[in-house]
Amino acid sequence: MSARDEVLARVRRAKVSGSGSGAAAPVPREYRAAGTRGPGDLELFAERLRDYRAEVRVVDADEVPTAVAAALRERGARHIVTAPGIPPEWTAGWAAEQARAASAAERAAAEQVAAAAAEQAAPQVGEQVAAAAHEQAARGAERAAARSGTAELSDPIGRIESRVPLGGDAREALREMLEAADAVVTGCHVAVAETGTIVLDHDAADQGPRALTLVPDYHLVVVRAGQVVAGVPDAVAALAGVRTQTWISGPSATSDIELERVEGVHGPRTLEVVIVRDTQ
Amino acid sequence: MRVALFVTCLVDGLFPDVGKATVRLLERLGHEVVVPPAQTCCGQMHINTGYPGQALPVIRNHVEAFEHADVIVAPSGSCAGSVRHQHADVARKHGDAKLAEAAADTAKRTYELSEFLVDVLGVTDVGAYFPHRVTYHPTCHSLRVLKVGDRPLRLLRAVEGIDLVELPAADTCCGFGGTFALKNSDTSTAMLGDKMSAVLSTKAGVLTAGDSSCLMHIGGGLSRLRSGVRPLHLAQILEHTR
Amino acid sequence: MTTFLGMPAGGGNLTGEPFPQAAREALGNAQLRRNLAKATGTIRAKRANVVGELPDWAQLRAAGAAIKDDVLANLDEYLLRFEEALTSRGTHVHWARDAEEANRIVTDLVRATGTREVIKVKSMATVEIGLNEALADIGVHAVETDLAELIVQLGKDKSSHILVPAIHRNRSEIRDIFRREMPGVDPGLTDDPRALAEAARRHLRHKFMTVDVAISGANFGVAETGSLVVVESEGNGRMCLTLPRTLISVVGIEKLVPRWQDLEVFLQLLPRSSTGERMNPYTSVWTGPTEGQTSHVVLVDNGRTATLADPDGRAALRCIRCSACLNSCPVYERTGGHAYGSTYPGPIGAVLSPQLTGVDRNPTLPFASSLCGVCYDVCPVAIDIPSMLVHLRERVVSAKRATPESTAMRALAWAMSDARRWRRLVRLGKFGRLASRHVPLPGWSTARDLPQPPKETFRDWWESSR
Ligand code: SF4
Repeated sequence: MSARDEVLARVRRAKVSGSGSGAAAPVPREYRAAGTRGPGDLELFAERLRDYRAEVRVVDADEVPTAVAAALRERGARHIVTAPGIPPEWTAGWAAEQARAASAAERAAAEQVAAAAAEQAAPQVGEQVAAAAHEQAARGAERAAARSGTAELSDPIGRIESRVPLGGDAREALREMLEAADAVVTGCHVAVAETGTIVLDHDAADQGPRALTLVPDYHLVVVRAGQVVAGVPDAVAALAGVRTQTWISGPSATSDIELERVEGVHGPRTLEVVIVRDTQ
Repeated sequence: MRVALFVTCLVDGLFPDVGKATVRLLERLGHEVVVPPAQTCCGQMHINTGYPGQALPVIRNHVEAFEHADVIVAPSGSCAGSVRHQHADVARKHGDAKLAEAAADTAKRTYELSEFLVDVLGVTDVGAYFPHRVTYHPTCHSLRVLKVGDRPLRLLRAVEGIDLVELPAADTCCGFGGTFALKNSDTSTAMLGDKMSAVLSTKAGVLTAGDSSCLMHIGGGLSRLRSGVRPLHLAQILEHTR
Repeated sequence: MTTFLGMPAGGGNLTGEPFPQAAREALGNAQLRRNLAKATGTIRAKRANVVGELPDWAQLRAAGAAIKDDVLANLDEYLLRFEEALTSRGTHVHWARDAEEANRIVTDLVRATGTREVIKVKSMATVEIGLNEALADIGVHAVETDLAELIVQLGKDKSSHILVPAIHRNRSEIRDIFRREMPGVDPGLTDDPRALAEAARRHLRHKFMTVDVAISGANFGVAETGSLVVVESEGNGRMCLTLPRTLISVVGIEKLVPRWQDLEVFLQLLPRSSTGERMNPYTSVWTGPTEGQTSHVVLVDNGRTATLADPDGRAALRCIRCSACLNSCPVYERTGGHAYGSTYPGPIGAVLSPQLTGVDRNPTLPFASSLCGVCYDVCPVAIDIPSMLVHLRERVVSAKRATPESTAMRALAWAMSDARRWRRLVRLGKFGRLASRHVPLPGWSTARDLPQPPKETFRDWWESSR
């Protein structure tokens, strides 16, 4: 007999021998069920996130670009990855800031070149060189501005990558890319106020594959008010049929040393959440 | 009310003063006490040590002894717990459905002393006077099998002159556990040690509880240490008057 | 009688020295006592706090117990449904009768990948079957990635707790183990838990990025969808589940829940009961092979069907391994987990281990409890461990021939079933007065005085005074 058949036969034999074979009592579901508690309370959600020492910003919809930019700036992020399907405006503010920084840097560099040239060359020639250098710097800034927000920049400053390689052969590339990134920005599928939990659906374009949110040390999630539900049953209902999920409650943590909580082990050590109020 | 006292084997043979105190207390509260003569023991030791089959005739004897009692009161959470939560199960498991039914009926009429006073008689102030520093250990079976809750404490708080002090980590087991204290005496002693330090930290002169078995255990340890702390059953404090 | 109705027993790491002896040794270890008292005290308070927060805890607990009972009552159907859901999505399903067979399946799969190293998510099932040892036998090194498992592994130690296997170690012992055993560790490593966690992060980072085979367990398997669920804190689970090309999950057959919806109960019960958090940092759910992975599930019996066969013992299979019963147990708190000799220590271990192995191979565990009942109170799936212990004691006793104890018990029961006989015996206690002062009762008298038998029994007083 195969192991499968034998284990199944044993299970059936065990059931017959015991008194309670077949019908168990119906499951009493008298707890607070899905859909009975209304929408999730944003204040509670924020408070529960802060309990896990996650960073939280609560903003209006039009403030998202600024909030994301501020978060990334404060983090000192230089090279971010995003889930491919996030609304481009989420990172637009940060991209613009980076572009300004980039152009300023390029201009400064060009001015340095021009100044050096001016010192060395005859006055007229020097002015021409300086003018050319200024022009070059301005073009560089424009280019930088145009490039940020799109994928795959080789510029080490303000790099955003959102085209995530997928599939077995792309694994190496993905790992390399993610290891180089110092922040990741995604949306989420649903969030639970009572437990301060955010759930990602990895088949959704604005949440990306699993590795995306795992390897970078800083994870920024934008949660829309409508995604916040009251309790775990509401979230489980919202997640029916979602194949691959990660439930995230605060940053990575361990209690393995004397059962004292320490944040930050293998997953992202910092979780930051931008909660977007409903503004109708 | 006519109360049938289930005195328990331990109280009968080793701690008769607890039985006497229970009788006097109930009589003082105006109730008639009877002691059904056929009673012996609840059989818990047999059940809990792995001999439920041997406990069967003991259970049968108990059920018959109290067949005609309206209410049965035991000065022990553990024995009342066995009557209420084990007897019928043991009988059923051993194929004696009739006994199981009778035992379930006995169970319904059985109360631990503090439950009886508070729930059935509806008193918390029993008119006692006890001017001593006392700490209370809520024994495991009173607490978790019978769920007597704070009933004993409510009774104690109403005692005139008492200086009731809270026992740290009160709900932790003292390590008695019947034959556990013999079969795993090292572990039991370690638990006892912690319970005794908790008792001593209260500076109470009297340790009380609703079970003579646990009191025998903690008291035996406190006596070995010559600690001077007196173990007294709840009934003995409640019986005390000016 | 060994296991119930001659059902085949489980093997692996489930037995040890008799509990009383092992406990005696552990009780003498002052450092262990302090470490355990501190750790369990902390977690008990946290658990009580977050459990108290939910107004519907009792209802969730009742639902949790009922769902698991449904699983056990219809286990064959749910297993088939689970298998079907998994295979239809491309996961390879394997079945193992016992530890040995499970190890053979996994080692064959690992060998086929050609790897010399695998990374592991903490899994009690793999500790139970002794998988790391089996892998070592074929020359494959299993890297434990859970911090506590890593501490145990580096310290060449054994797990002593189902959730925090290194609970018996304090921070300075852990620092010493890391300094001694972790390649390339900073020799100036301090005992700050943060620094220790960081050292583990560095140590494992490279493994996560390079090792291409992972082994996991599962907290739940959803029969309806074929989804597997891993509940964790550190992110090591996510790393192992996500990055390698091959994922092998070793799952006890009792780990199923029937419906996706059932997780709404367990994802509330488990984190609050185990780490005392409203929710654990990470829960991974995957349904079929994900992102180009090859995925295997090994369904393990190893004594579970023997447990299922005993109607008074089968509720032990409801266990979701939260460890609340360990953390609350006054025996566990003092002896620690090693004294139980099994992968599963504490109250649940005392009822589960003897059922998995047969009581003859674990005859002392059912007695390793004072029956104080706190385990039952805290258990999120309402396993009545005290009653089950009592039941298993009976199985231990009836598996033996007559002993001096059974003879004494028989005589006592004979006396107790008749009041006249009994009163005669109790009156003899009076003559025992002298004896009790001088004849010690083994075990008892080491630390406790015996009470002085009274001059008169209660019954004699009652009769003489009325
Ligand atoms: S028996 Fe209950 S309390 Fe103990 S680990 Fe299992 S589920 Fe948790």
